[in-house]
Amino acid sequence: MISLDRVTRIFNSRDGESVVALQDVSLDIKRDEFITLVGPSGCGKSTLLRIVAGLILPTAGSASIDGEPISEPRSETGIVFQAPTLLPWASVLDNVLFPLRMMHRYDSTSADRAVALLKLVGLAGFESKSPRELSGGMQQRVAICRALVHDPDILLMDEPFGALDALTREEMTLELLRIWSEKPKTVLFVTHSITEAVVLADRVVVMSPRPGRVAEVIDVKLGRPRTFESEATPAFHEAAHRIRQLIYGKRNVGSAQNVG
Amino acid sequence: MSVQHKTSASKPRKRRGATYHEVVVPLLTTIAAFGLWEVVCRVFEVPSFLIPTPSEIWRETIAIGPAVAGHTMATLKTVMLGFIVSILVSLPLAVLLTASPAVSAAIYPLLVWIQSIPKVALAPILVVLLGTNELPRVTITMLVAFFPLVISIATGLMSVPPELLELSKACRASKLSELWRIRLPYAIPFIFAGLKVAISLAVVGAVVAEFVNSDQGLGFLIQTSTAFFKVPVAFGALIILSIMGVVLFQLVVIVERVFFPWSTGNAAAAV
Repeated sequence: MISLDRVTRIFNSRDGESVVALQDVSLDIKRDEFITLVGPSGCGKSTLLRIVAGLILPTAGSASIDGEPISEPRSETGIVFQAPTLLPWASVLDNVLFPLRMMHRYDSTSADRAVALLKLVGLAGFESKSPRELSGGMQQRVAICRALVHDPDILLMDEPFGALDALTREEMTLELLRIWSEKPKTVLFVTHSITEAVVLADRVVVMSPRPGRVAEVIDVKLGRPRTFESEATPAFHEAAHRIRQLIYGKRNVGSAQNVG
Repeated sequence: MSVQHKTSASKPRKRRGATYHEVVVPLLTTIAAFGLWEVVCRVFEVPSFLIPTPSEIWRETIAIGPAVAGHTMATLKTVMLGFIVSILVSLPLAVLLTASPAVSAAIYPLLVWIQSIPKVALAPILVVLLGTNELPRVTITMLVAFFPLVISIATGLMSVPPELLELSKACRASKLSELWRIRLPYAIPFIFAGLKVAISLAVVGAVVAEFVNSDQGLGFLIQTSTAFFKVPVAFGALIILSIMGVVLFQLVVIVERVFFPWSTGNAAAAV
């Protein structure tokens, strides 16, 4: 469905230097596949996500969705960022409906759909609450609803659980798997967490920095549905070990506990 | 997050405490200050043409009550007109300033230049230019008040998290709906911060304008009464001016609380 062919992106920094954020990245993603992108900071994960979103264009190479080159944002893509970035003046319901209003696609069924989505993420009854009355995890759930409200076929997630505490993070990971099984979508999920990457993904794309390249694409041979119990299986260990090798390969594995 | 929960949970109690702190305490200190003033003036027998006592000020001002009321209304009119015009001027200017770096580079130096002209010096020139009527007074009031407003609105328009702008782009929203649905609402707390500064400055601006050119208004009253050594009346006008400033400031605060309750308090933290 999403096809990246030797995508290169160069940024010109203010002092005139050019930085290669991505170099010759090729990747083919099937419909309804769950792909996670892992790698240290500066490996171009977010850049890759924004190219698929149509927010930035590749300097060289081509990116396409269903054979159509991505030249601008397409309306069938949903995005979730690291910070929930909800509108502080709008209710939870209005926050979820926000993209529809921006796209002029608000109609009589929109509110019902938003309410159903909020129920799906366990926020039934919170429709009229203000974002600041919600915890960080709840705010991020609202942001996920906001990304799903126009029923996109591609969901892009840029470290969506990065700002949450460890427990909420695990909970949200399982929640996302449940939502994904109920509403299958092609998901591109950027993360710093190897565990998260393996538990979620059909395939893990491991990236290496400076310049950002795909180091390896790893098939996760874990059955679904998954839980964090899956961490105990050999298939999980095999995948996680391989990712660690790729990321820390040239460095001292023992001291590098924290990626990026 | 837990901190925010705590604040919202303890709101009722906080509000009752706030009324006490915002109303009762300032009122008591004000009364005490006037009392002290009265006592000091009487004990040291300060002549009333230097510093009159509060009771004298009250008496002399009430004696020409209707005239003072007329002057107050005249000043209030200039202040409000100048304030409204400065909002009308500042909003589009701030939008222009944030539209693009090129536009900003073109307009910003001009704004700073206008701001750095001493308005008191400009006032007589404006009277020659615009005539002896309300127009130069409103213009001076606006010129005194608008700059901080432009800066705070522009800052607010730029305070939107970049992700939201990306979201807006991803929704293929126009620049206009980005401004209307994201940037302007985000700027509300900043706009009100600017309005609070501007309303106080508008009072100053109106008085400056009345000093230079007017046959009515509290600034005019202060000038004429000091010329005839009616110092208590001048003090009375001064006190009315300061009350006007406080009341108008509080009105801005109330408008913000009533219409944009999310703007007050920890709006920034909720982002």
